[in-house]
Amino acid sequence: MGSSSPVEQVTGLLLLACACVSVLTTVGIVAVLLTESADFFAVVPLRRILLDTQWTPLFADQHFGIWPLVGGTLLTTACAMVVAIPLGVASAVYLAEFASPPVRRALKSLLELLASVPTVAFGYFALMMVTPTLQQLLPGVSSFNALGAGLMMGVMILPIIASLSEDAVFAVPSSLREGSYALGAGRVATIFRVVLPSAASGIAAAIILGISRAVGETMIVAIAAGQQPQLTADPRQAVETMTAYMAKVSMGDTPAGTLEYRTIFAVGLCLFTMTLALNLVAHHLRRRVLKGTMG
Amino acid sequence: MTSMMSIPIPTTQARNESSPVEEKMQVAGLKAFFGANAALKGITLPLLRNRVTAIIGPSGCGKSTLVRCLNRLHELTPGASVQGRVLLDGEDIYAPGVNPVMVRRRVGMVFQRPNPFPTMSIRENVLAGPRLQGVVPDEPEALVERALRQAALWEEVKDRLDLSGVSLSGGQQQRLCIARALALRPEVLLMDEPCSALDPVATARIEELIHELRPHYTIVIVTHNMQQAARVADYTAFFLMGELIEYSATDTLFMKPTDRRTEDYITGRFG
Amino acid sequence: MTMSVSRSAVMARAATLRPTRPSFAWTGEDSLRVACATALMLPLLLLAVFFGAALLDAWPRLNLTFLTSMPSRVAEDAGILPALAGTAWLLVLTALLAIPLGVGAAVYLEEYARPGRMTRLIEVNISNLAGVPSIIYGLLALEVFVRAAGMGRSVLAGACTLALLLLPVVITATREALRTVPTTLREAALGLGAERWQVMWRVVLPMSLPGIITGVVLSLSRAVGETAPLIMVGALGYVAFVPTSVQSAFTALPIQIFNWISRPQAAFHSNAAAAMVVLLLLMLALNALAMLVRRRVQRAAAH
Repeated sequence: MGSSSPVEQVTGLLLLACACVSVLTTVGIVAVLLTESADFFAVVPLRRILLDTQWTPLFADQHFGIWPLVGGTLLTTACAMVVAIPLGVASAVYLAEFASPPVRRALKSLLELLASVPTVAFGYFALMMVTPTLQQLLPGVSSFNALGAGLMMGVMILPIIASLSEDAVFAVPSSLREGSYALGAGRVATIFRVVLPSAASGIAAAIILGISRAVGETMIVAIAAGQQPQLTADPRQAVETMTAYMAKVSMGDTPAGTLEYRTIFAVGLCLFTMTLALNLVAHHLRRRVLKGTMG
Repeated sequence: MTSMMSIPIPTTQARNESSPVEEKMQVAGLKAFFGANAALKGITLPLLRNRVTAIIGPSGCGKSTLVRCLNRLHELTPGASVQGRVLLDGEDIYAPGVNPVMVRRRVGMVFQRPNPFPTMSIRENVLAGPRLQGVVPDEPEALVERALRQAALWEEVKDRLDLSGVSLSGGQQQRLCIARALALRPEVLLMDEPCSALDPVATARIEELIHELRPHYTIVIVTHNMQQAARVADYTAFFLMGELIEYSATDTLFMKPTDRRTEDYITGRFG
Repeated sequence: MTMSVSRSAVMARAATLRPTRPSFAWTGEDSLRVACATALMLPLLLLAVFFGAALLDAWPRLNLTFLTSMPSRVAEDAGILPALAGTAWLLVLTALLAIPLGVGAAVYLEEYARPGRMTRLIEVNISNLAGVPSIIYGLLALEVFVRAAGMGRSVLAGACTLALLLLPVVITATREALRTVPTTLREAALGLGAERWQVMWRVVLPMSLPGIITGVVLSLSRAVGETAPLIMVGALGYVAFVPTSVQSAFTALPIQIFNWISRPQAAFHSNAAAAMVVLLLLMLALNALAMLVRRRVQRAAAH
């Protein structure tokens, strides 16, 4: 038999090209970030970036310390995790251990709905509803603050953590649960001493993916967290995250090719590295779960 | 305790019975359901104190379901239900208001596939029973050693009690699960095909262990291996399609079965 | 353990089976159940309350004029027509780009690719890209589409960006749809002498089409809400015209919402709320469409 027809061969190549788009995308992202950042680092040495605690690239007196931006990101992420981790894991326990199948299906659909709410909506809620409430409850909450944005980010991330954790808890073999009940353990002891420890890797992966999502989130923090890059641990203050800075400068009139323009990419490189590291760790943990923790 | 069953305890005593043996547990008119399906259709059966009772029968006959009703594990399956009575020392474990957890502290279970807790060490696995119940044992190390010795595992693992429970071979894992069950000092030990996932050498070890445990516990063993039943059990019950067909001393059941279906099963005509 | 047990000891043991004060485990279990259920319902209820409040704020603005007016410096007169038009343009263009690329890549991976380093590389890339923050896609698009390819701040650049963003999701959904087609059908077609591309085109794709469409529509409904990459690509906040070609400058619904919520005047906040309601209705409509397609699939499969 002869080789395949020209149509077949061309089709095969076209399809391969489609598949390679994803590889090209990754290559493109890395290339873009590295080239612009390289130009940036040529002018601003790493020393200035790591050792300064002020970030004022757009002012006359330019400081390039990355820490206020990283700190802003971490502070909002921490606020988000305070909400998302306990509520997310507890939701997963309810879905996997207590809910009957029809209830479980309905609640999972609701969670999916929650996950598809656009982030501008969360930003709106953070600014218009959460922050005023916080201002009523706590003293010293400024009108843009990390806490309000962080709390709404936590609600946004909760479905991710809940869904992935629920998979992990559900995957714990029933033989372990039965072994525990046969030893005379109650439901609570079985959940806390047998099921959750066995699902720990999967839950950890879920949490890390949630953190990665929070770190990369833009709109909620751009709307509600503020535009003041300051290094603080006080969530009632306004901060600026890496993503909010990048958005802000893009919306302005910074011409391409300038140092200020390149700061977007340098900050982007920092962001990309952080999320990449988090995703790799989570991926590694999930592969360990799939291989089975049963030795 | 007078017995109230319709099938009498066999008067031909098995294996040197010198005096009448008491019932430790008694199944009376037990029916078990999965949803609307009856897996057990009215079982009445004695389980004699300090004896080994084997439950045999083809796949799907309800052996595992019976045993899981004895420690109230059956009802944990969604949609499962139970009717009838199971008496432990004369008291119905299914009486309203009885706490299943209390039952399971007195009736221990070993499963078909060894299931040591993978996140716990050998020591922690043995102590899992008390710990899961929120009880702190007075002398944990002594308890661990006693349970592992009873399960004939102590010599093999005494130097590596901190290793993970799943680092052992299949036979050792099963003996660890037995030790774990024994650590709670149950009165009855249920074994659901404990050797079916093990190789012949490990199986022999466990059968030896059953002999050693017999004077101290009431043992119920489910097995699909008739030779195993002949080797370890004092009394044997033959089940078929959710019904108890015949119950008697093991020797009697195998050599002079009274029911045609028992004879067919034993001679290998089905199952 | 001794064999003989005194009667009193038996009675004492038996007493443990009788109901006593409920042990701690029971009330503990109920407490845990309630706590976990609360954890689940709390954010859902909170969001429902917030939506209600936003709807109240938006109500006076929601009328036909709002949908058909241009933005304005006067909040009460401002409308979302350019934003709606921009979103519509983006939807169509993104679909035109993402569907062939995504389906093509999925077909390649499922049907043509042999297990090997190349295939693994592609698959690793796809799963990696799913976790990259959307704003990074905006950076890529800024350099490659807006500047290098000369598209400028156009709706085409925006669509290209969104297409890249959606690609991992479309590929994954399509692969799952392709997998539902039994191998025996493929083999039957090949056995009749068809070439692989013919099997794909005439047998596999038609059968998996509903699943593919569902996946695409769901991912498009996600795209409708994306903001950050469009900001980077230059979607403007104040656009007083409807895009007329792929090279037009543009805005989109979420951009307009962001623009209005960033203003200090409360009147604009009401506009933002109204635009949000429209956006959510649009997303709900797309989701409903996906559900409809899925149900038609199930009914067709039942025949």
